[in-house]
Amino acid sequence: MRFVGRAPRRYWLIALGVIVFAGLPTQVTSFQSLEWAEVLIFAIVIMGLNLLIGYSGQISLGHGAFMAVGAYTTAILVHRYHVEYLVTIPIAGLLTGLVGFFLGIPALRLSPLYLALATFALAVITPSLIKRPENLTQGTQGILLPPQQPPDWASSTFAAVTGGPAMTSDQWLYYLCFIAAIILFWVAWNVVRRRPGRALMAIRDGEVAAAASGVNVAGYKTLAFGLSAFYAGVAGALYALATGFVSPDTFPVSLSFQLLVGAVIGGLGSIAGPLFGGIFTFWLPIISSQFVQTQDWIPDQVASVFKNAGPAVTYGALLILIMIFAPNGLAGLILSAYARLRSRLRGVGERTSGQLPPDPQTV
Amino acid sequence: MDEFLQQVLSGIAAGGIYASLALALVLIYNAMGLVNFAQGEMAMFATFLAFTLIGHGISYWIALPVTIAIAFIGGIVIQRIVIRPVERAPVLTLVIVTLGLATLINGLAGFFFGYLPRSFPSPFSVQTVDILGAAASWQDLGVMAVSGVVLVLVFFMLQRTSVGLAMRAAAHNPEASRLLGIRVSWMLALGWGLASAVGAVSGIMVAPILYLEPNMMQTVIIYAFAAAVLGGIESPLGAVIGGLIVGVTVNLAGTYLPGVGGDLQLAVAFAIIIAVLVIRPNGLLGRRAMRRA
Repeated sequence: MRFVGRAPRRYWLIALGVIVFAGLPTQVTSFQSLEWAEVLIFAIVIMGLNLLIGYSGQISLGHGAFMAVGAYTTAILVHRYHVEYLVTIPIAGLLTGLVGFFLGIPALRLSPLYLALATFALAVITPSLIKRPENLTQGTQGILLPPQQPPDWASSTFAAVTGGPAMTSDQWLYYLCFIAAIILFWVAWNVVRRRPGRALMAIRDGEVAAAASGVNVAGYKTLAFGLSAFYAGVAGALYALATGFVSPDTFPVSLSFQLLVGAVIGGLGSIAGPLFGGIFTFWLPIISSQFVQTQDWIPDQVASVFKNAGPAVTYGALLILIMIFAPNGLAGLILSAYARLRSRLRGVGERTSGQLPPDPQTV
Repeated sequence: MDEFLQQVLSGIAAGGIYASLALALVLIYNAMGLVNFAQGEMAMFATFLAFTLIGHGISYWIALPVTIAIAFIGGIVIQRIVIRPVERAPVLTLVIVTLGLATLINGLAGFFFGYLPRSFPSPFSVQTVDILGAAASWQDLGVMAVSGVVLVLVFFMLQRTSVGLAMRAAAHNPEASRLLGIRVSWMLALGWGLASAVGAVSGIMVAPILYLEPNMMQTVIIYAFAAAVLGGIESPLGAVIGGLIVGVTVNLAGTYLPGVGGDLQLAVAFAIIIAVLVIRPNGLLGRRAMRRA
């Protein structure tokens, strides 16, 4: 019991978060749990992106394209080769990781700008590339997947716990994403807190110094990029299973931007940030367009334009404002607010000992 | 052979457009070591302004310089408001800010002008003229001429005027330039203005070929990236040469390589970017990057 009492406060927060997300499907409708599954999928990609941008100082504008690779791997394996869908998830992740690894080799030797350029170009051409091998990807038509039914044990456990009807396939998918998110967040947590994470941060903060200290700069950078692509691949596979449909239009360039916005808003270089980022980027366009529709004073024409242009305007403005005023994103804002609150409560004397967010200039 | 020559000619015309946009990228890269991801969207917005002016009955040849002037001022304003606060931040921050700018401008264009593709008027006829047995359209020749004039003007300004000298000095060595009394920050703003103006020309030139809509420049900017990387990202002359090579290569690949038609031409640009990074990372005319690692 003393161990529990001594646990750092953030462990309590983590436990609280896990419980909330584990219990979520019992409180919301089946359709809403599918929406939250997509939030978790976003959080997984953004976690991968955050490992890359926040910890290794590289930038990718092509994570939407990596999601496409993962999603199509799963879709093709399930649809065409009738592979068990659970098996396809790690396959999709590994394959996408490999793609990232090989793309990273030429681009990572140079400044982060070149990686940004190459991945941006990749994101733009991905929809066209997907359309080509038509017998494999079914071209613009896309691939339709059947909903995945939950296994009996999960279904009956769920029914026993909630005392309600058996688990729907949407709820099963939610739990799949939930488990994947927990595993991947745990992996990320361990990566950044151990040798690879320290090496990556050393590279981010000064490549020359890192190299002089014996860090294999090129190796770790490529590794970070491959790992980041792996996250995107797993998320893509889950996305294909959750929505049951993939087409070239599922993965436009704007998706890659949306993911970047999520990473920046959530907070670069923070483990909790991607979760905020996932929630934010998923719900912002939905809620804002719903809000505009309920406002009678806004003319219909403006509302319909807003539905198309609104997210882009908001995302763009937010990216700029956050980079200028709060480079550590929501996670950073929460941390500094907490530090300020605590020092206020404990008196002025301890103000300097409050936990400060990481140096904004390093990201 | 005639068809080959014809494809080369229209490739050069397209290349001129890519060269202008690539030059805009290089101008900003030289000023602050940053690839401006918003360059294409800024050009698109300027093109919409030109479209609006022409729609109000203003003649094309008046609307063109007026738009370029507005784009110039717009570039300076953007640098002052959006870029200046993060001028000294790491390049990653700057990249994210320009991406935000790109998204913002794209959304604003959608908000003000809508997403319906519009056909943009061209002052040049589509009739053809015989050059060495190939039929070149006046449209292509006109685009070549306008891009050529703009490129020459920019070179003249950078190389032969004192403002150009100050801009180059500020980019090359900010501290020493400041000691010599050059207002470095304003030189950066001027660089943004110039880049924005040059980019606007590329937008107006490309609009009659593609349809004008908020995502019009999304493909063009990829070709411009390829051109800038191919030419060596800090070399203005390289950008022009790279632009022409990319234009011709993409056109020829689209015509003669099986399966590389339509939207897959963009993949050629991607292949060029990757090939340059593998074979010759500094591009054709770029200096070898000084890296101590």
